[in-house]
Amino acid sequence: MKRMNKILSYIIHNTLRSKLVVVYMFFFFFVGYALFAFSADVNKANISLMNIIMFIIPLVSLIFGSIYLYNSREFIEMMLAQPIDRKSLFLGIYFGTSIPLALSFALGMFLPFILFGNMNGQYEGILILLALGIVLTFVFIAISFFITIHQDDKAKGLGYSILVWLLLAVIYDGIILLIIYYLQDYPLENAMIALSIINPIDLARILFLIEFNISALMGYTGAVFERFFGDFVGIIISSFFLLLWVIIPLILSTRFFQKKDF
Amino acid sequence: MIKITGLNKKFKKQEVLKSLNLTIKTGKVTAIVGPNGSGKTTLIKSILGLIKPTGGKIEVDGEDISGNFIYRNKIGYMPQIARYPDNLTANELLSLVRELRENDDIASKELIKSFNLVSDLEKPFKNLSGGTKQKVSAIIAFSFNPLIYFLDEPTAGLDPVSSSFFKDLILKEKTKNKTFVLTSHIMSEVQELADEIVFLLEGEIKFKGTLDDLLKDSKESKLERAIAEMMTRKNL
Repeated sequence: MKRMNKILSYIIHNTLRSKLVVVYMFFFFFVGYALFAFSADVNKANISLMNIIMFIIPLVSLIFGSIYLYNSREFIEMMLAQPIDRKSLFLGIYFGTSIPLALSFALGMFLPFILFGNMNGQYEGILILLALGIVLTFVFIAISFFITIHQDDKAKGLGYSILVWLLLAVIYDGIILLIIYYLQDYPLENAMIALSIINPIDLARILFLIEFNISALMGYTGAVFERFFGDFVGIIISSFFLLLWVIIPLILSTRFFQKKDF
Repeated sequence: MIKITGLNKKFKKQEVLKSLNLTIKTGKVTAIVGPNGSGKTTLIKSILGLIKPTGGKIEVDGEDISGNFIYRNKIGYMPQIARYPDNLTANELLSLVRELRENDDIASKELIKSFNLVSDLEKPFKNLSGGTKQKVSAIIAFSFNPLIYFLDEPTAGLDPVSSSFFKDLILKEKTKNKTFVLTSHIMSEVQELADEIVFLLEGEIKFKGTLDDLLKDSKESKLERAIAEMMTRKNL
């Protein structure tokens, strides 16, 4: 733990100075500004932001995580020749990349809300958005690290990362539609719940929509989720599985990292 | 002393090290030579714990290294390729290593001056040249009073001034009973520095002994000739 914190603080320094993190913050700042300043209803702004977050955060986290870990290869070699255990090093690099990226998002989003938001004491929406954005950053950097340490070829690794994003953020909805269309005569509730659990983006979306009770935007998986579990249990269960999406890739990657040759 | 018994390493199906037995003596410079892909770097990285052996045992001063990382306090390592986080500076990297190691930093100030690096310390690594990064690696390897040095083609990227300073540094450290393991393709350098030569070919040790033994063995007067002769002979 002590050794991990030492590594962590230096990696955070390094990540915070990267241009992408700054650009990323400004991106959310301007999007947030546009939506908060020009929309009368904070809730509508939140929903639009939610849709943007669902696309951008997974994509940027996957690519940033992959590139960062690939570029750290020689640094990892050098650090592993120092008296440090592999677990501390790996977790140090993981948190050292995800914390600054999550912070950069959170700051970029929160500032325009404070400055331009027509809030009337409605803090709940922005807080949930921030929490989901942060969790998604941790999820997708964990996934990108999982891919990267299993694939030594940089081009292939980045390809897989983008493929994962396409599958979860774009193609997934199409697959759900096809399943509903072709299998409409069968009971699909359990299958739908299973499908939403294997997609962290969908879990985040369901969580947000249940919390705000916007059933019109819920989609099929969300509707099933809510009907099956109800509001409260639905939120608990989706949060639980979302957290599993951070923990499981991270545990698997750490284990693999401990056996890997450099 | 480093004692290696039956060291084996397979990458997928390719056997890179074939049950190697080797003892590296304290207070000597041992040069590992051999053609590209003969397993030199794999051997060094196995002792460092960067590569997990498929079989065999490695002991550093009587301590089994598997699952152990504390022994690396004794080791200074200079990798073949130096690449560091783009936005960190040499100063920051040094202080990170300082925090991780048990031994005090006794030499970095002096080494930074000798390598003429004072003005580069606050620049981020992305603005430093390959040779300068190599010097930073050297400083990290030599600053913490290690007992054993692993130098993987250390002078490959250095200019003549730094390179000769670096060789003097090795000879100076050697008088303090330090152990060196070094790989190099520059035979004059090996001839200048090494007490013991280990010739590695396709993952097997084909020769181990002093420079004189090797020259006598091959009936050549120059090390370069002798090694070249051995490479071609063993390939037949």
